[in-house]
Amino acid sequence: MKITLKVWRQKNKESKGEFKTYEHTHVSADMSFLEMLDVLNDELIKKNEEPIAFDHDCREGICGMCSLYINGRPHGPLQTTVCQLHMRSFKDGETITIEPWRARPFPVIRDLVVDRTAFERIQQAGGYVNVNTGGVPDANAIPILKNIAEEAFDAAACIGCGACVAACKNSSAMLFVGAKVSQFALLPQGQVERKTRVEKMVAQMDAEGFGACTNTYACEAECPKGIKITNIARMNREYFSAMVTSYKIESKGGGD
Amino acid sequence: MKLDSKIPEGPLGEKWTKHKFNLKLVNPSNKRKYDVIVVGTGLAGASAAASLGELGYNVKAFCYQDSPRRAHSIAAQGGINAAKNYQNDGDSVFRLFYDTVKGGDYRAREGNVYRLAETSVSIIDQCVAQGVPFAREYGGLLANRSFGGAQVSRTFYARGQTGQQLLLGAYGALNRQIANGKVKMYTRCEMLDVVVIDGKAKGIITRDMVTGKVEAHSAHVVVLCTGGYSNVFFLSTSAKGCNASAIWRAHKKGAFFGNPCFTQIHPTCIPVTGTHQSKLTLMSESLRNDGRVWVPKKAMPGLKSKDAVSIPESERDYFLERKYPSFGNLVPRDVASRNAKQVCDEGRGVGSGLAVFLDFTDAIKRDGESTIRAKYGNLFDMYAQITGENPYKGPMMIYPAVHYTMGGLWVDYNLMTTVPGLYALGECNFSDHGANRLGASALMQGLADGYFVIPYTIGDYLATIGWNDKVGTDHPAFNEAMNGVNERVNKLLSIKGKKTVDEFHRQLGLTMWEYCGMSRTEEGLKKAKKIIQDLRAEFWTNVNVLGSSNELNQELEKAGRVADFLELGELMVDDALNRSESCGGHFREESQTPEGEALRKDDEFAYVAAWEYKGDNQPAALHKEELKFENVKLTQRSYK
Repeated sequence: MKITLKVWRQKNKESKGEFKTYEHTHVSADMSFLEMLDVLNDELIKKNEEPIAFDHDCREGICGMCSLYINGRPHGPLQTTVCQLHMRSFKDGETITIEPWRARPFPVIRDLVVDRTAFERIQQAGGYVNVNTGGVPDANAIPILKNIAEEAFDAAACIGCGACVAACKNSSAMLFVGAKVSQFALLPQGQVERKTRVEKMVAQMDAEGFGACTNTYACEAECPKGIKITNIARMNREYFSAMVTSYKIESKGGGD
Repeated sequence: MKLDSKIPEGPLGEKWTKHKFNLKLVNPSNKRKYDVIVVGTGLAGASAAASLGELGYNVKAFCYQDSPRRAHSIAAQGGINAAKNYQNDGDSVFRLFYDTVKGGDYRAREGNVYRLAETSVSIIDQCVAQGVPFAREYGGLLANRSFGGAQVSRTFYARGQTGQQLLLGAYGALNRQIANGKVKMYTRCEMLDVVVIDGKAKGIITRDMVTGKVEAHSAHVVVLCTGGYSNVFFLSTSAKGCNASAIWRAHKKGAFFGNPCFTQIHPTCIPVTGTHQSKLTLMSESLRNDGRVWVPKKAMPGLKSKDAVSIPESERDYFLERKYPSFGNLVPRDVASRNAKQVCDEGRGVGSGLAVFLDFTDAIKRDGESTIRAKYGNLFDMYAQITGENPYKGPMMIYPAVHYTMGGLWVDYNLMTTVPGLYALGECNFSDHGANRLGASALMQGLADGYFVIPYTIGDYLATIGWNDKVGTDHPAFNEAMNGVNERVNKLLSIKGKKTVDEFHRQLGLTMWEYCGMSRTEEGLKKAKKIIQDLRAEFWTNVNVLGSSNELNQELEKAGRVADFLELGELMVDDALNRSESCGGHFREESQTPEGEALRKDDEFAYVAAWEYKGDNQPAALHKEELKFENVKLTQRSYK
């Protein structure tokens, strides 16, 4: 296959980026999208041109590190992570545009690599159950209805890649936050801190500068793990009931 | 130097309890006077950093990814073992211990393995309390499944994403400590050296991967939780970033390396498609619960999945069921892998020739497609995504791939390396799995080490040295180490040769796979040693690393890691040469039974090979830790 690539190149956070065009002639349909970039990078190095920086790690669709915006869609044409996208999804001779995630809370570090530490701060605000190691009850002490456990799992399957934010015209992170809030709102283990958790996480989400949800469903359509938008609805309910019955939590302020 | 494993005296079942009592404690209000460095944030690292933070120590944690949640533990699929005996099928701590020692082909320490089995029970409790959504039965209690090398159902799981859910649990615990200010987290930050002063580990040198800044961090102890070194093979199931640099630099600073040649080849991976291949994807071993492994009785080159259906039963060879009737498709990984290689070597492989079928037709007939989908849906989807074929319609094709390294830094019962104050947890140490790891035991070990072992053992060392035994980063040793790191970085950038880092890495990988992979011979290993030495020499004169050191430079990161792999690879070959027996994942063709099974030589090799670094291009020195078996009878493993 022959492919034309238009790739966003940007030296660092401060510099102004631009698209550069590359003709890629050594593409096979069995290559993953990232392997296609590996081969291109090897060719660039041979020509003493700096390779394209992009985030990736597990290359099996679970770590959430890869984050390319391909032809106007996060992770490209399929509802999967870009590491699981193969070149058989593209046509010979096609032009492919690759950009980093575009969202103000995710500044570009270099080329296609963005800074997602805003997600870290949201998780740190409350994405856990407050238990120390040791001194917990036997694992079978609290039965959990199978379908509730399954629903909690569906929410917990989020890989934190940020495609939901990149897909959203408002750069909303509500699917990401809603998934974690839902997991714990559903499980008995999450009940004690149910209210404070949603308050703290939403406060941090707002402080980071993520937008609000206007129900376009773009996040659900692009989520590689199929996280459902009902998680946003649940988070809204949780937040509302927490706000009318609890106290307001001060946020710690966003990142830079 | 005599290796002291520090295994406590006394009956097996009392060792850990007694040892915990004998360990010195640090008073709760004094814990804040101690600084701890944890490198790596997978299951072992995240659980250790969180637990140590909870106890009150000041923890600094480091990972090379942009978030601790990305560590490769996240990709573990199948499950985690625990001797809960919830199924009432005869499981016990002793049985899990016994299965693990036997599965490891009697090359692990009894004391360590027993402790692992003992703590396994608490791990499940801990994870459930954190909100890990394990699979459940309709009655609301936890579900189990069986795994290779065991005849009981003791594996807890969360669909095919158990590692993800366990890691996210540990990540939550870690985040809680970050929020509490007890853990300071450094992401996109790579450890490039250990600083040893007066024989004790006192800190590390790191490189910020965004700014390129090289920094020194001092502490009372350094805990390495940096995972395995499968990527020495270039193609493996590890994440692309997984590397051996942290443990290799520690090795060069005095930490002995235990059993480096013990690598695990996983039987159920998706076969290679071409030279562009950047990594291999594993399909959980749990698939072998319902999938049947077969090849045609007579060679049928190029046989495709869609044509497999038309091959009559009488012309199929279910070779695992045929050779091992009692374990069938659930034989341990090393046995399954070697047999797959054997039938492919006979020319009976399918697809490209380097593949065998994993067939679910019978299971789908028996249980219905929806049941199979509920059990393995995400694995089937992943297979379809990568290969473009529908595994509900025809059998999957699988082939073995490097998956795990049982070898690693030598540690004593307290998980301390031969460098005082330097610990190694999880896959990066050598303990517990012997010459072969059983399925669903890696998650168990990572979390046992981090949640339930290090919080006890670290206090003993800290109480012994006292909080005044700390060195500031202004100590000349830190400066010297930083200079060393900078020099190496500058050297890599200045070579400006003709070959890319990946070209060297791929060549090293092919050599390791060919000569130090699924089966090994003296002749092949000697050849490999020479190839690696030449490749290493060429690397330092002909690698091309572009860009500068003070920016995000992914080629530079890779170059440093590959340079270390080029040294580690040779040590693996040395170890494989020395161990002229077959055991577990280490198969020396010279040592096999008439039926072609691995033949151990217990009189000669019932020891841990711990290698001491003796300088660049110098042969490493071998130290032996004899293994004593008092509770398990050494037998030739049989799964027939």
